[in-house]
Parts: sequence; structure tokens; C-alpha cells
Amino acid sequence: MRQRLARVLGGVALVALVAGGAACSGGGDDAADGACGYKIAFFGALTGSSAALGINENNGVKLAVDQYNKANPDCKVELVELDSQGSPDQAPQLAQRAIDDEKILGIVGPAYSGESEAANPLFAEAGLVHITPSATRPSLADQGWKTFFRVVGNDLSQGPAAGQYIKNVLKSDKVFVIDDQSAYGAGLADEVKKVLGPAVVGSDKVQGEGKQSDFSGVVTKVKNSGATAVFYGGYYQEAGLIRKQLTNAGVTAPLVAGDGVNDPAYITTAGQAAAEGTILTCPCQPATAARGSFVSDFKALNGSEPGTYSDTAYDAANILLAGIKAGKKTRADLLEFVRGYTGEGVAASYKFTDKGELDPAQVKVWAYKVQGGQVVPDQEIPKA
Amino acid sequence: MDFDGLFSHFGELTTTGLAQGAIYALVALGYTLVYGVLRLINFAHSEVFISGAFAAIWTWGVLGLNQDSEVSGLGSIVLYLLIAMVVAALASALTATVIERIAYRPLRRHNAPPLAFLITAIGASIAISEAFGIFTRRLPQGVPNLVSNEPLFHIAGTPVRIMEVLIIGAALAMMVGLDIFINRTRLGRGIRAVAQDPDTAALMGVNRDRTILLVFIAGGTMAGVAGMLYDIRIGALTYSVGFLLGLKAFTAAVLGGIGNLRGALLGGLLLGLVENYASGLLGTQWKDFAAFVVLVVLLMFRPTGLLGESLGRARA
Repeated sequence: MRQRLARVLGGVALVALVAGGAACSGGGDDAADGACGYKIAFFGALTGSSAALGINENNGVKLAVDQYNKANPDCKVELVELDSQGSPDQAPQLAQRAIDDEKILGIVGPAYSGESEAANPLFAEAGLVHITPSATRPSLADQGWKTFFRVVGNDLSQGPAAGQYIKNVLKSDKVFVIDDQSAYGAGLADEVKKVLGPAVVGSDKVQGEGKQSDFSGVVTKVKNSGATAVFYGGYYQEAGLIRKQLTNAGVTAPLVAGDGVNDPAYITTAGQAAAEGTILTCPCQPATAARGSFVSDFKALNGSEPGTYSDTAYDAANILLAGIKAGKKTRADLLEFVRGYTGEGVAASYKFTDKGELDPAQVKVWAYKVQGGQVVPDQEIPKA
Repeated sequence: MDFDGLFSHFGELTTTGLAQGAIYALVALGYTLVYGVLRLINFAHSEVFISGAFAAIWTWGVLGLNQDSEVSGLGSIVLYLLIAMVVAALASALTATVIERIAYRPLRRHNAPPLAFLITAIGASIAISEAFGIFTRRLPQGVPNLVSNEPLFHIAGTPVRIMEVLIIGAALAMMVGLDIFINRTRLGRGIRAVAQDPDTAALMGVNRDRTILLVFIAGGTMAGVAGMLYDIRIGALTYSVGFLLGLKAFTAAVLGGIGNLRGALLGGLLLGLVENYASGLLGTQWKDFAAFVVLVVLLMFRPTGLLGESLGRARA
């Protein structure tokens, strides 16, 4: 009796499975001729301590996809959000997920350099094109990944620019350099040290990714070195704590940092008083200076002002979408399209070098200042 | 090896190391108490600490303070600190009670193997920290600048700041209070009895369940105060800092002798100092490496920790 019941149930389950499978593929056949239902993916930190920049970018991509779908209602593109939490550990399996989804033709991202190093080899092997709006580590372009493209300048332009700013604008000859040992932070710090040379009176490394919150050792060293400027290569969480603890110890020297610190959470962590006067560099022009109606469209869709890299992510997404619009429906075709792309975006004009880097003539590095609790543009840092 | 760096910064590294160590010590007390009585490593204690830290920030928020507030007047500062301390201690004690009731007591009832306790502890820790993370959208929470950083006095040229004096003083006071509670009160005697031999203690009329609850509450109170002091010292709080701080505090407890209250204090202060000296000597990236190497080396030579004895054993 038991055995019979088991067989009946098994048979029903089997039939249901087959029927479901048939229904699925049947549904697929219903779409016109398989020429639609394509996807682009955003790959970056949407949660976790580094999420603010990822969310900015994702919102930019959302705007691009939304506008595309409004203009092409019969052949919409879907946005897949891949949350890497900014961690290189999560990146490979997430990348594999994107690769396995045949409908994903291109990726905006990975947003950060660390996860790029982990995920890009997989993308390159699968021939899946990826345009990063913010991963700035220079060595990413040198790995021979045919699928790698970058719509911003890299740290080879950001690092020296930060150094130039400290040397020529702050006119500081005693600089203390700190970094968080990350691919991004250490890269920036090394470039800054090269430019400043003997002006560097001391350097130290801290732990990033939220692992360190007590910086009294570094703070003591900075204080005793008599530094008149401090450079931090890393992200906003540690930067905010370091800034607050420096100020508490009586160090009033200005803090200069890279684009990873450009986040409202930096000001919340450090407190407005301590964060005042912090200089943040970015290989991006102010998003609010973006061309066209980008700013108002962004606000209308996402309910907030565009933030750092929202505009470059928007442009990156639009490059992919332009390719899909032009009829590139396979990954190989879209890759070729991006490689040969020239065009105007809201943040810059785009053309890629053979390594996937943005045409050097288009790279702009700006310095921003924290003033009254807001990050305001200070000046464009001229190329040395 | 930057010996010059270490010696020139020695004074400040010491004072700041002691302040950080005091926070480790307060949290270590919770680990050591629970281990001494239950032989259980309460991994969820890190989240008891975080609850207190968040409760303090929430209290300040309710009182209208945030990271940009300017507060003046000794009276109001002391009031804000006291209120936050009390709320933090209560919140932590509550979290500890909830964890004990929901996570550990049912396991005790069913005589679960120690592994079940361990996994439950880790699970509770992750669950609570993720809950805080989601609640705060994983953003750092700012802390008002209540305690001044002006030096109170100087020892051999090293400024000793008001904040450091406050933290070390508060930690010592709480520790002394706990010591008196454990060693001089009836309830404390009950705790020591249960630590020594639970069954005999029950025969002697000690309510085992209530005593264990008391142990968790005592440890929680310590952690709550530590949370408030951490907020003041570090300046901002993120949901994820509990894990690593809890691990280091547990290390401090083992360093000083697990189950030994004074050992927890000594271990905590020592860990804070070692971290800072390593930071000065080798560079801040070696901080944790050095601290744990010291722990391992110390345990090799003295497996029971520096002060050795456990909670229940009577002093000779």
C-alpha cells in the first residue's frame, strides 16, 4: 500500500516536472523571435560598508535602462542587479551567475578595483563585456582582459593629481600618507608618494573593510610627525573615523583623500566640524555639471541628487544600450561595438584605447572640498 | 622594526593603549564570567556589546544630540553620559537576558552537547549583528562630541586626556563594583558556588537558573558600559565592529586567565598596550598579528593564562 502510494506520488511529481519544463520553454517560444528580453547587469556594492557609491551608480544605470525602455517599449532591456557588497570574496560566484545567464549581454561594473581583480578574469574568459564606471586601479588595464573598459581615468591620473594638489595648492612639505592595504587605497597612496617624494614624513597602513576602528597608533604617529597634510587612500568608513580621531588628538592638518571617501557617510562619521576642509579627488567632474537633463531626470526617477559616478555609470549603461539598439544581440557583437565606440555622454566624450582605458585627452581629475557638511567642487586639477 | 618610532611615541601609545584596553577589559569580563560559570564561550556577547553601543547613540539621538552637536557645561555633559550609560547597560543586560532565555536555556534543559551551544552562540551573534545592520542600513552612526580631548594632566611630557581618564576610570570603577558583587554579596557567593559545582550548589539552595541569568546580566551590564565608552572614544559606530572587538576581548579574557575577573582586566589592558606598541614598532597593519602572536606565545608558556585561577576555585 505504502509502495503504491509512493509510486503514484512519484509519477505525479515526474509529470508535473515535465509539464513545467514544457511550459517554460513554451513560454520562451512565445517571445517574438528571441530578439528581445535581453539584460544588462550592474555589478557592485549595493549593501555593506562601501555601498553608497554602488547605489549611486546603480541609480544611474536604472535611469539609463528606464529611458531606453520608455523609448523602446516593444523590446525592453532588463536590469539585473548583482550585489557584491564590495568584497572580492563574493565576486567570483556572482560573476559566474552573470556569465551563466545567457541573456546578460554586458555589465556595468565591477564598481571597485578589488572585486574587479577577482571577477574580470572570469568575464574575459566568457567574452562578456564589462564597462566600469569607477574601478580606478591602473593595473586592471594591463592584465590583457579583452572585455575590460573603463569610462573614468585611473589612479595613475588620480594619484598624481592628488599629489599635485597637496604640493601646489596646499603647498605642504610635510605629508603623512596612510592607506588601507586595499587594491584601490594602496595604489593611490603609492602614486601620491611618488609625486611627493621627500615631502612624505611618514606612512602607515591600516585595515579596511570595517575591520579596524581604533586608529590611535596611526594618530599618534601623525601627530608626532608634525605633518601639515595627511593623505588617506581608502574608503569612507575608515576615513571618517581617522579624521575624527585625528581631530580629537589635536591634529588640524587637512585630510586629502580619493574618490572612495566621497560619500555623505564620511561626514556623518567624522562629524561636520572635523570633516570641514577635507579635500577629495575624483577622476570625474561634478555629477551636477552633467550635460543635458541628466540631473533632473535622475532626481525624478530616483528621488535624490545624482552622486559620485552616477553620471559615468549612466554613460556606461548607455554605451551598452546603444549597442543593443544597434542590433548587437550576442556578447561577441556587443564587445566589438564597445571596442570601437565613439560618442558623447553626459559626463564626457568617450573613446577607448586598445587596453580599454578612456582616451587620455578626456580624463579629468577634480578636487572637491567638504564645506558646511556638503561636498562641493573646488577646482579641476590641471594635468602636470 | 621602527624602535625609534616606538620610543618616541611611547607615552601616547601607552595612554591610548590603556584606554582601548579598558574597553576590551569590560567586554572580556562578560566572556570570563559566562565561561567561568557555564564553561560556555558566549560568542553572542559581542552583540550584547553592540546593543549597548547602539542604545547609547539612540539615547543621545532622543535627547537631541548627533555628531554635529555642540555641548557645553560640565553638568549637562555628565548628565548625558550618565543617562546614556544607564540606558546602554540596561539594553545590553536585556539583550543578554533574551539570548540566555531563547538561545541557551532550552539547550541546557535538553542537555545539549557543547557543540550545540557553540553553534547557537555564533548563530545568535550573526543574527543580531545582521539585524542591526539592516536597521541602520549598514551605515556608520555618528556620536556627539561630549567628552573633551584636552589633556587633564601630563606625565613625563605625555598628555593624559580627559577622555582617557574617563574611560579607564569608568572601567576600573565597574570592575571594582563587579568584584565586590562577586566576592562580598550573597548573590555573588551563589555565582561562585554554581561556578565551582552546580549540583552541590543546587543542593545548598542556590537557584541555578536564576544565578545563570544573573551572570548574563552582570556581563551584559559591563558590556553596555563598554559600548557607551567605545562610542565616545571611537566617534562612530558601525553594526559590524562587534565581531572583531568581541574576538579580541575574548582573547584578552584568555590572556588573563579565563574565569578570572582580575585576569580579564589585566588581559584587556595588556592587549590594548600590545596592539598599540606593535602599531608603533611594526606599523599599524601588524597590530592584530602581533596581538595574537603574543597570545599564542603566552599560552605556550602559561596555558592557564597570566593569572590562572578560575571563578569558582577558592584562593589559597
